[in-house]
Amino acid sequence: MSTSDYAEPRRYGPNAFGDDLRRFVSLTYTLASTDFKLTYFNSILGYFWSLMRPLLFFGVLYFVFTNIFHVGSGVPDYSVELLLAIILWTFFVQATTGCVQSMLAREGLLRKMRFPRLVVPLAVTLTALFQLATNLVPIFVLALASGITPTLAWLELIPVIALLAILASGIGMLLSVLYVRARDIQPIWDVISQLLFYASPIIYPVFYYNHSTTSYAAKGCVFNSTRDVYLNVYGKVCQASSAPVGNNLHLHFIGHFLMTNPIAALIAQARHALVGGGLGANPSANFALGGWEYAMIPVGIILVVFALGVVVFRHEAPRISENL
Amino acid sequence: MTITTAPSTPAAPGGRGLLPAVSIQGASKAFKLHHRQYHTLKERALHPFQARTYDLLQAVDNVSVDIAQGEFFGIIGRNGSGKSTLLKCLAGIYGIDAGEMDVRGRLSPFIELGVGFNVDLTARDNVILNALVLGLTRKEARARFDSIIAFAELEDFLDMRLKNYSSGMSVRLAFSVAIQVDADVLLIDEVLAVGDASFQQKCFDEFRRLKTEGRTILFVTHDMGAIQRFCDRAMLLEKGRMVAIGDPAQVAHRYNELNFGRTIHELSDERVDDDRRTDYRDADIVDAWFEDATGARIAAIGNREALTVGVQVRFNTALDDPSFGVTIRNTAGATVFATTTEWSFGPTGHFAAGKVATLKLRLENWFTPSSYAVTASIARAGLGSDTIDLRADLATVVIHGGRFTTGVVDLPHSFEIERQ
Repeated sequence: MSTSDYAEPRRYGPNAFGDDLRRFVSLTYTLASTDFKLTYFNSILGYFWSLMRPLLFFGVLYFVFTNIFHVGSGVPDYSVELLLAIILWTFFVQATTGCVQSMLAREGLLRKMRFPRLVVPLAVTLTALFQLATNLVPIFVLALASGITPTLAWLELIPVIALLAILASGIGMLLSVLYVRARDIQPIWDVISQLLFYASPIIYPVFYYNHSTTSYAAKGCVFNSTRDVYLNVYGKVCQASSAPVGNNLHLHFIGHFLMTNPIAALIAQARHALVGGGLGANPSANFALGGWEYAMIPVGIILVVFALGVVVFRHEAPRISENL
Repeated sequence: MTITTAPSTPAAPGGRGLLPAVSIQGASKAFKLHHRQYHTLKERALHPFQARTYDLLQAVDNVSVDIAQGEFFGIIGRNGSGKSTLLKCLAGIYGIDAGEMDVRGRLSPFIELGVGFNVDLTARDNVILNALVLGLTRKEARARFDSIIAFAELEDFLDMRLKNYSSGMSVRLAFSVAIQVDADVLLIDEVLAVGDASFQQKCFDEFRRLKTEGRTILFVTHDMGAIQRFCDRAMLLEKGRMVAIGDPAQVAHRYNELNFGRTIHELSDERVDDDRRTDYRDADIVDAWFEDATGARIAAIGNREALTVGVQVRFNTALDDPSFGVTIRNTAGATVFATTTEWSFGPTGHFAAGKVATLKLRLENWFTPSSYAVTASIARAGLGSDTIDLRADLATVVIHGGRFTTGVVDLPHSFEIERQ
């Protein structure tokens, strides 16, 4: 019996954070690592199965967008860019959709034990992060195979992934507690994430709308073909690059506006870091947005979403087990 | 009470040396029962103006109690009386709406044992995970792992996934984890119904051992026998309120009164005249009842309190020396006691036509707490086989108080031990 436990009587009732940071961390890590182990070691082909989904997705998209729609054919290292974006996106989707039903999945624990409730969605995000780490391996393999030389800029992936994880856990916190109250959060989030998928430069290269439209057009707009029905927003913007200057101010705004989507900005930055390529198809996020001050917008969105997640979660945490 | 660890906080004012291990002050917990619960945003959007009416279920209502370190404290009450909710509030699963709750030391809940396990994980992983959730560090969890498995007697199934465990095995495992985490306060919610007899015995032995070590145990059960055997003090909850606290035997008695008080109302509604034969008989059994020493008709009585069975008979023709029979059966339908005037009274004499007679049978009330029904019969003189009228289960009495033994009757007895 440890005497230290007697020092302070504890106020009872479930909450989001608990009162012991070490326990919080070790619990999150254990839940995440056991889940990770389950997906990896439960079947003989565990690792390959977990890679299969993003890789298969990559294979299909690569085939479609290089051989049928020719979106990627004009872009150097399109395959690396596509794979990188898909794997980052897979992480985001895995973390957020995993959070939606996470409380229900941990119902047994929630209904009988006192532990910080925040552990549940964070463990889901951490599991997805473990998975992302293993999924990065084929990216590096493909990048090296494509003749890209490793540079220090690759390290930029770390803060990019960190920001993406913060965004995912913020959204995850929101979704996990909202689901407890409203079960149709599940299909709603499915739809929203589909929208986000197409609104982010995953299957197409990062669009950037430079201040000088002519210079952009000269760099070879990949959307000069109207076949790209899927990509109508960007396609239209691109086509309009030869339109009168009066229109351009308007389009300029849309292009920048779409880049304020944090996922778009992070994917842009990740591509810029991994593949490089100056002002070509891989502008850095702040270049695509039009300056550092604008790059603060997606970063701000990430932090606001995270803060909102924390606040809402904190408010809902005490009643999760009875509302489930 | 053996306290192995002194509190590091100063003694509470008022001269008491030890702070209570569990302190509950005016705790209340209500659940909203929505008349129409919306589970989706769609429903909410479709019915934006529908009033969100709900009933408030006061599950725990202003309960205050201090439980000392080392106390074995029983909580009893009928289904839905709030005992489990109170325990869950203490376990930190539900927050309370009002009042205060403090638990000193590490707490280990024995609630819905085995529910928190992940069936895809092995016993090994589940034990570590559960121990961490209960508040152990990873190192502590590993150190206790062997003793947990040994207590559960599952050494041979360590690396088996829990989906292949029998329910008894996983409950045993959960119990072992909960008991081996070195908790200072144990919350036990009716978990002793699980496991085989030898494991149950082992659990009780373990509780006793923990009690002698100064651990505090809160114990929720319906088993009045266990309450009286193990608890130092007990509390009775009814509709969320504490209605009795103190000596376990007395609280258990109150519980029986409450519990059977409800049964009495139910039983009185159930009395129907169904198997009454309509054809003419020489005599009819009109009524039968139980009464106490004062002659008042009763539906419940304490064990060992004087009990009388009354039977009223109307004679349609004159009869000489009919024999009256009384049979008392328990809820299982087994005859607990049967007698006739033939056996223990003798000739009953002459009864004129059109007269009504009342028979009284005084009993030593050695029944164990349960519900009993009386069957009355009247037969012609002789061996009692020529039945004139027989009416089954005419009246019911609930016997409360006393000890819960596994026996049907609680005979007066005394022990004597001679040593050679």
